[in-house]
Amino acid sequence: MEQKVNNKNVFMGYTRSDLTNFLIVMILSFVAIPLLVKTDYWYSSILIPWLCLALAAIGQQIVMGYAGQLALGAAGFMAAGAFACFNLILRVPDIPFFVALGLSGLVAAAFGILFGLPSLRVRGIYLMVATLASQFFIVWMIDKFGWFKNYDTSGIITAQDIVILGKPFTSPLEMYFVILVVVTVLTVLAVNMARGSTGRNWMAVRDMDIAAESMGISLLKTKLQAFAICAFYCGVAGALFAFTYLKSLEPVAFDIKLSFKILFMVILGGLGTISGAFIGAAFILLFPVLLNSIGNNVFHGAIDATIISSIEQVVFGVLIIVFMIYEPLGMAKLWGNIKQRFLRKRSLQ
Amino acid sequence: MTIERNFPIGEPVLEVKNISLRFGGVKAITDSSFSVLKHEIKAIIGPNGAGKSSLLNCINGIYQPQEGSIAFKGEVLGKITPNLIAQKGISRTFQNLALFKRMSVLDNILVGRRLHMKSNFLQVAFQLPKARSEEKANRDKCEEIVDFLEISDIKNTPVGKLPYGLQKKVELGRALATEADFLMLDEPMAGMNVEEKREMCRFILKVNDEIGTTMVLIEHDMGVVMDISDNVVVLDYGKIIADGPPDEVRANQEVIDAYLGVSHD
Repeated sequence: MEQKVNNKNVFMGYTRSDLTNFLIVMILSFVAIPLLVKTDYWYSSILIPWLCLALAAIGQQIVMGYAGQLALGAAGFMAAGAFACFNLILRVPDIPFFVALGLSGLVAAAFGILFGLPSLRVRGIYLMVATLASQFFIVWMIDKFGWFKNYDTSGIITAQDIVILGKPFTSPLEMYFVILVVVTVLTVLAVNMARGSTGRNWMAVRDMDIAAESMGISLLKTKLQAFAICAFYCGVAGALFAFTYLKSLEPVAFDIKLSFKILFMVILGGLGTISGAFIGAAFILLFPVLLNSIGNNVFHGAIDATIISSIEQVVFGVLIIVFMIYEPLGMAKLWGNIKQRFLRKRSLQ
Repeated sequence: MTIERNFPIGEPVLEVKNISLRFGGVKAITDSSFSVLKHEIKAIIGPNGAGKSSLLNCINGIYQPQEGSIAFKGEVLGKITPNLIAQKGISRTFQNLALFKRMSVLDNILVGRRLHMKSNFLQVAFQLPKARSEEKANRDKCEEIVDFLEISDIKNTPVGKLPYGLQKKVELGRALATEADFLMLDEPMAGMNVEEKREMCRFILKVNDEIGTTMVLIEHDMGVVMDISDNVVVLDYGKIIADGPPDEVRANQEVIDAYLGVSHD
């Protein structure tokens, strides 16, 4: 009975539990965290990269988890977004930061469409190899043509300060708020798409493309749309990542390792859920931190740091295999199961 | 003797003329012609490998026949793709189930409403009034279909978890959701028990009677075919060997030979 009430459409297609969840997350992230967390370390080393990478993971989730296209090259799109943002702020006087951010996303989206083209011919693991091109081509292009780096020879360019309405946002807390606003808006949009007809078209293409086509879905449009949106999210994430976390622009920061990291976030977090992107990103980012602190605090540095980083790789590898076999829907699904069990217990009482 | 129908059988709506389909040296269909009349239920029967599904795949645009032409509603279809065919108003189900396994029953059926949902991804992302009202209207429509097929108790279950018979029903639901006036059912009753088959027949006849949907169905169960179809096409080795009302086809010597085998002495 209670569930029926919960399933009711309360506001704009959202259920009551959607709205409560949203409210809780908003209060937590906009009020509780800024009030409780005072150390800059938490913002600049954990919360900021987490939100940036989660945003990129949403992009990867859309193309891989929803549209079922195995793509590997998120970091390439992030690089495109980061350098587009750098050049827009550099070359367009008085461009508002959010406009530059949005345009960088669009630049990345254009690359997304270009590198999504192979998806019309190849699929699965072969597509993954084909999309690697985006990873290598974009990074190579930025390296090769000095214009993108404003002819800087040092290899590392300092990112401009974020200025919104004349006010610079430079402290970690301020940057956290900037990112939070962007991530909140883009997450809500992604959830809307995923739940609406757009997401259904993606999933239909993922699950059975011939049937999807017979229902009037154009494979060409749907796949390229997923690639474009994926690249848009990655591009915005890349710009934020460079401007708030790295505070510099260097093509090597967007190497294949980062692409793999984002891929693992999506696999571990859970394919086909937006929340999985956040959970996966948190896990991939926090797990090394946790291992390090265990190494320092429990074993008092008796374990070599290189061994710890090897352990990290081993654990990630094992976890990915375990999740692929036993819970392809990832941690988001596990969390859902726990929640459901808890709710059932409570309703029985 | 026959009861008067809401939608009497009319003019030919689909005309297949002399089509041939080859896969390399294998001739799947040879020089076949037949037509489907408006509002009729036409069965395609034939032994395994006779080319029945290939025939549907040609009409559907999945295969391109090397020769011949297919005309729908008087318009000759040239080089076509499945999604263009869907836009022309032809929908279908598949022989080996082609459902979206990880999506719920309702979502599967909602995909069938694809061509009725015109809002683009930005309108959906920002939940603009157009996208919302469209979603609501189509969801209601799908709820109706779910009720009609008597599967409302499982509407939120992922279809991959459902037994075969129910999956077949969901696939019919998805095809119905398109509101196409021409429906092709590829073995809608394969693997079903007598009870389920009877139910499926009831749905097919009801749709044909209430909405007037023209249907082409491939079926192996002769009892079913003779009961529900208005006309029967018999295929054997990619050739049409008979075409006509069930009673006529049943008496046809060539059909009997194809099915029972014939001694060559």
